Amino acid sequence: MTITHFSAVLLFSLFTSIVFGITQRSQPPMMVRFGAMCFALFVLGTIGASWAMWLIKH
Amino acid sequence: MATKVQAQEMAGGNADEGSGVGPALVLLLGWLVPGGGHLYLGKWVRGLLLMVSIVAMFAIGIALQGKVYSAGTGEPLDMLGFVGDLGAGLLFLLARLMGWGQAPVLVAVADYGTKFIVVAGLLNIVAAVDAHSLASGRKPS
Repeated sequence: MTITHFSAVLLFSLFTSIVFGITQRSQPPMMVRFGAMCFALFVLGTIGASWAMWLIKH
Repeated sequence: MATKVQAQEMAGGNADEGSGVGPALVLLLGWLVPGGGHLYLGKWVRGLLLMVSIVAMFAIGIALQGKVYSAGTGEPLDMLGFVGDLGAGLLFLLARLMGWGQAPVLVAVADYGTKFIVVAGLLNIVAAVDAHSLASGRKPS
């Protein structure tokens, strides 16, 4: 099996966010909100770090 | 300010009495089977979501030819990886029995696979502890 780096980021973020959402909040609406926030932070953080590394290299 | 558990203890009650299920058993079940602790407590949706997420993450890690760590190599980082992998419970045992994840890591996606497997184990520990908190009454619902 081969996946792209970005696909790996999306899959990792999705599954991790689901577990974080369920375990770190008590009420279902808050679970969804926290999970969505974690997913967004994972993906945007990775993209930001990627651009930072590109800028350092260039 | 006293927590719910502390308030129950001060009132002479036991926090474990509310659920009728031993929290230690729930913790053990949650560790062995991803989401098993939540399923045992009747939290079907949460249990299934946890099971699908953790099993999928572990399976993707194996499919990416990630490494499954073993004990006794003497390398500190390998020991940490082994502890993370061990968190997956029966999935880790299955991987060891089937010989999955024993090939050397040669490409970048295989290294991603190794991380997927370790993180799946760590997330399973988080899920099992959450199930324990539900059973003991520390987490309200």
